[in-house]
Amino acid sequence: MNIFASIGRATLTVLAHIGGLASFTGRSVAAVFRPPMYGGLIGRQMMSIGYYSLPVVGLTALCIGAVLALQIYLGGNRYGAEAIVPQIVVLGITRELGPVIVGLMVAGRVGAAIAAEIGTMKVTEQIDALTTLATNPIKYLVVPRLVAAVIVLPLLTIVGDTIGVLGGYLVSVYNLGFTGGIYLKNTVDFATNQDIVSGLIKAAVFGFIVALLGCYNGFNSKGGAQGVGNATTNAVVSSSILILAADFVLTAILFHTA
Amino acid sequence: MSPKIELRGVKKRFGNKVVLDGVDLVIEPKTSLVIIGGSGTGKSVTIKSVLGIIRPDEGTVLVDGEDITHINGSARDRVLKKFGMLFQGAALFDSLKVWENVAFGLIQGRGMARRQAKDIAIRKLAQVGLTPDVAELFPVELSGGMQKRVGLARAIAADPEIIFFDEPTTGLDPIMADVINDLIVSTVKDVGATALSITHDMASARKISDRIAMLYGGKIIWQGPTADIDRSGNPYVEQFIHGRAEGPIKMAVKA
Repeated sequence: MNIFASIGRATLTVLAHIGGLASFTGRSVAAVFRPPMYGGLIGRQMMSIGYYSLPVVGLTALCIGAVLALQIYLGGNRYGAEAIVPQIVVLGITRELGPVIVGLMVAGRVGAAIAAEIGTMKVTEQIDALTTLATNPIKYLVVPRLVAAVIVLPLLTIVGDTIGVLGGYLVSVYNLGFTGGIYLKNTVDFATNQDIVSGLIKAAVFGFIVALLGCYNGFNSKGGAQGVGNATTNAVVSSSILILAADFVLTAILFHTA
Repeated sequence: MSPKIELRGVKKRFGNKVVLDGVDLVIEPKTSLVIIGGSGTGKSVTIKSVLGIIRPDEGTVLVDGEDITHINGSARDRVLKKFGMLFQGAALFDSLKVWENVAFGLIQGRGMARRQAKDIAIRKLAQVGLTPDVAELFPVELSGGMQKRVGLARAIAADPEIIFFDEPTTGLDPIMADVINDLIVSTVKDVGATALSITHDMASARKISDRIAMLYGGKIIWQGPTADIDRSGNPYVEQFIHGRAEGPIKMAVKA
């Protein structure tokens, strides 16, 4: 086994994937702006990506908000700054945790489902069948998911933000002795439009990542059940990593700190 | 009059594996050509090259005299509207009802109204021997033979000029296979289409073809009228049609 050969092969594989993904992204984005527009399909995808993600987003946001309040209280307590809980909770949730939690949850729930569905269609030749029926598979399968995810993730994030703040509120008021009215007033006074809007922009980007990588991995799955399984795993892992990387880049761009 | 489909020196390789090594093939209008050949000899790649699902590395593909090897966008959509295809595993969309499958190309591809497309779908289903109540079922509720029939109805729904059949009888019992063969013959004739099929089922090949071509080693090694297949004088063809293990074709045990 030649070590240089294997390094070379691995490098070529990575480059091929980057090239493949770039070309797939280009074709998909171009297809968004070309007729026909499948409005009904976008609606159906918004239901399955957005509406059915509400329970998992709500639950995780509630827990994260509650834990965040608890930790900030305990940490702030070390130098008598525990009163800062509502401000930090709302900042952390709207800027960071809201969009990231929504992105990761949707990556696990929806990205996997997209990859599995499209991967199965690929290995059973249903995607080739679309082509023979004069229907562009990118237009019919990718565009609705992409558009729906980009619209729906910011909406899910608004819900997640609200429930996350509520989680912090519940713990603070019922457990840590905060007064409800003052907690809410501090929250509302402190949060700025930029905090919220920056989180929503992130969410839209994360939606794009999840839908795109789900579709890309599905389209490139090979060889039966195992291939579809691999595509599903790859979709979740790669979109999760990309979400976290994009989060850093977006934070740096949106707040001009890098 | 130009041939309906023409392949000139089509070559395709995947990695180091040469699958098609210069395929030349001419299919005249309203004739049915069957490509025979062993598994993995590139029969599917040949069909997919004509469809543009796979792009050949070299050579040209002509449909009605038009070079379609590298066309894209709306030009490609226009050419694709001439085609219909029956897939090996039927490839029905499992989230759609049977009639929606049959009408798919009419509704999505050609923008026809659903009601009108449904009428056509039910007529096409009748043509392949399926009753209107089947139209409301989902593909998973059907047997393999019925799925093939639905696939056939879908392939002919838009009255294509060219129909492709990918292993139409594989996985069916002999009687159902013959039913499908009969349906292929009658529908191709009804629609007045040109047919290109691939199979390794010789009974099917004899029944549905006007001409037969044999693909071996990435090339067409023999072709001629179906009636001549038994006196081809080609040892490869002889071995294949009689299904002998001994002969010039050596089966690779390892891929």
